[in-house]
Amino acid sequence: MREITYAEAVREAMSEKMREDQDVFILGEDIGVYGGAFGVTRGMIEEFGPERVRNTPISESGIAGAAVGSALTGMRPILELQFSDFITIATDQIINQAAKIRYMYGGKGKVPMVLRTPAGSGTGAAAQHSQSLEVWMAHIPGLKVIQPSNAYDAKGLLISAIEDDNPVIFYEHKLLYGMKAEVPEGLYRVPIGQADIKREGKDVTVVATAIMVPKALQAAETLAKEGIQVEVIDPRTLVPLDEQTIISSVSKTGRLVVVHESVKRAGYGAEIASMIAESEAFDYLDAPIQRLGGKAVPIPYNPELEKHAVPQVEDIIQAVHATLNREGA
Amino acid sequence: MNKQVELPKAFSKERLLELAHQMWLIRYFDEKVDEFFARGLIHGTTHLCVGQEATAAGACAVLNEQDKITSTHRGHGHCIAKGADVNRMMAELFARETGYCKGKGGSMHIADVDRGNLGANGIVGGGIPIAVGSALTAKMKNLDYVTLCFFGDGASNEGSFHEGINLASVWNLPVIFFCENNQYGMSGSVKEMTNIENIGDRAAAYGIPGIVVEGNDLFAVIEATQEALERARNGGGPTLIEAKTYRWKGHSKSDAKKYRTKEEERFWRTEKDPLVFMANRLIEAGLTDEQEWENIRLQAKEEIEAAVRYAEASPQPSLDSLETDVYA
Ligand SMILES: Cc1ncc(C[n+]2csc(CCOP(=O)(O)OP(=O)(O)O)c2C)c(N)n1
Ligand SMILES: [Mg+2]
Repeated sequence: MREITYAEAVREAMSEKMREDQDVFILGEDIGVYGGAFGVTRGMIEEFGPERVRNTPISESGIAGAAVGSALTGMRPILELQFSDFITIATDQIINQAAKIRYMYGGKGKVPMVLRTPAGSGTGAAAQHSQSLEVWMAHIPGLKVIQPSNAYDAKGLLISAIEDDNPVIFYEHKLLYGMKAEVPEGLYRVPIGQADIKREGKDVTVVATAIMVPKALQAAETLAKEGIQVEVIDPRTLVPLDEQTIISSVSKTGRLVVVHESVKRAGYGAEIASMIAESEAFDYLDAPIQRLGGKAVPIPYNPELEKHAVPQVEDIIQAVHATLNREGA
Repeated sequence: MNKQVELPKAFSKERLLELAHQMWLIRYFDEKVDEFFARGLIHGTTHLCVGQEATAAGACAVLNEQDKITSTHRGHGHCIAKGADVNRMMAELFARETGYCKGKGGSMHIADVDRGNLGANGIVGGGIPIAVGSALTAKMKNLDYVTLCFFGDGASNEGSFHEGINLASVWNLPVIFFCENNQYGMSGSVKEMTNIENIGDRAAAYGIPGIVVEGNDLFAVIEATQEALERARNGGGPTLIEAKTYRWKGHSKSDAKKYRTKEEERFWRTEKDPLVFMANRLIEAGLTDEQEWENIRLQAKEEIEAAVRYAEASPQPSLDSLETDVYA
């Protein structure tokens, strides 16, 4: 099968849906001839024109609200925010409006919108352009939160997100944009709320999100050479979370490492760890759960400092070792 | 806007030549950064103000050491014009310990608080309400500094612009809102992103004076800012200045510039170069000659080369610094 990049997969999902459904449109800053801050919408204005690829002023609050309002009245907007850090400016419309409208109105009205935005560090863009804030959105009832880790999942999940009748926050990772995978042409869906076992193993479960998935796979490869069989699970969607896949895996391996790029303190790993502690998998645990996450610092500019601010492959390997050394102790 | 502004009377010949030197420093600083980015020697991203030297230099020329500025992502010029040391700026771009932010901030976050530069900003429009707060301090503590807030045409479409200026107007604060209209946001043309001719006209919505000025004419910028400064110092409240200018380079390191024409770029580079404009005016007035002007240029160029040597010789920050300075 042909291979395309993660960025191309995201673009293809949007384009294929836009060809099929006239209600789908995109809005965002510099998504026209510039092609978006990361080139994801390149070529789309040429195909769909400026009515459906709406290049907006720099007004995150306004365009988020315009997405909410148009969704409420029959459109299916896809809002691109150039960096997920700027969600701070859009959040009133997302958190106080989009997420709550259906419930507040007693089940009337719906807000079928997707907010796509790149997150993460590793580009040297420093503190205001490198954050991973997905757990904020995961905390809000009424939102769905997606974090694809490869091109195949990105396309299938984005199609599901566009077809979903709820506001969906779709986090892309900047360092994944250039990564290729086999991706089918045409519409296909990856269901929202289904985790994926990216590698099977019997010794330790590693639950990783976004950019940490390829890192966990790399760690698993190294550990395999030592005879340690790591199972790598990508939840793919934080809300709703496929708890059962994680519970089953931990029940099998008895060991859990959770790793994400966002700050460890109050990060999503805490949710996964507590979910396991509350589940029947707790009885199978042979070692304390290991949580890895970013240091509690803004992302620094210096490349070495930046690297050390978030978990690396070596940290995952060490955490897996730590869960194993406790055996029988 | 097209009238020829008189040379500022309060400025001596030496001071004017100092400003010429400063504008060359700004130009060569950013040309150098551009070169190092292209060669992959600096990482991250950067926004260059080549072609916009007169707005930074002219606006800061009338401020004193106590006056404050807030800057933007395109802030190297503001920083130099407020008196920063180019060595420490370059060291910051090289992510070194000797940089203004100890290598933690980079291009978008250089601040020189001691000299009244409250910082560049990675958030478009982020500095506008901060400038209002700085002006509020001056008012509440009875200090006589003025705060000058730089922002772009694109930023004027953020809610923070409206909220910030409205606050400053109802609180009658000593602040100057200085819009550098370089005709584009990242790619969005000001003609398509606003429905008015001049951003300066928005002042009417807040009941404050608005001035529209030729931004590549240093003397026009000085005159406009001086007027706003006097108003602010004398309790007359805020002013909105819009200076029309142009960025010569792409928005940031990767920009195919498909949203504008080569002819337009050529026009601004050849017909409206702020440094050529200034040279012509000073030579015409007999305040300098071509030889002296050339010496000023070469001196600035050499200072930037020295800044690079300083940066390259500076140490990397230690890994221990990763978790310091999170809290005061
Ligand atoms: C809140 C926010 N939105 C978007 C961006 C991305 N961005 C950075 S600079 C820029 C254009 C800003 O235009 P303008 O205010 O005119 O300043 P200029 O770049 O022209 O100096 C954009 C969209 C950002 N940094 N912050
Ligand atoms: Mg601009």
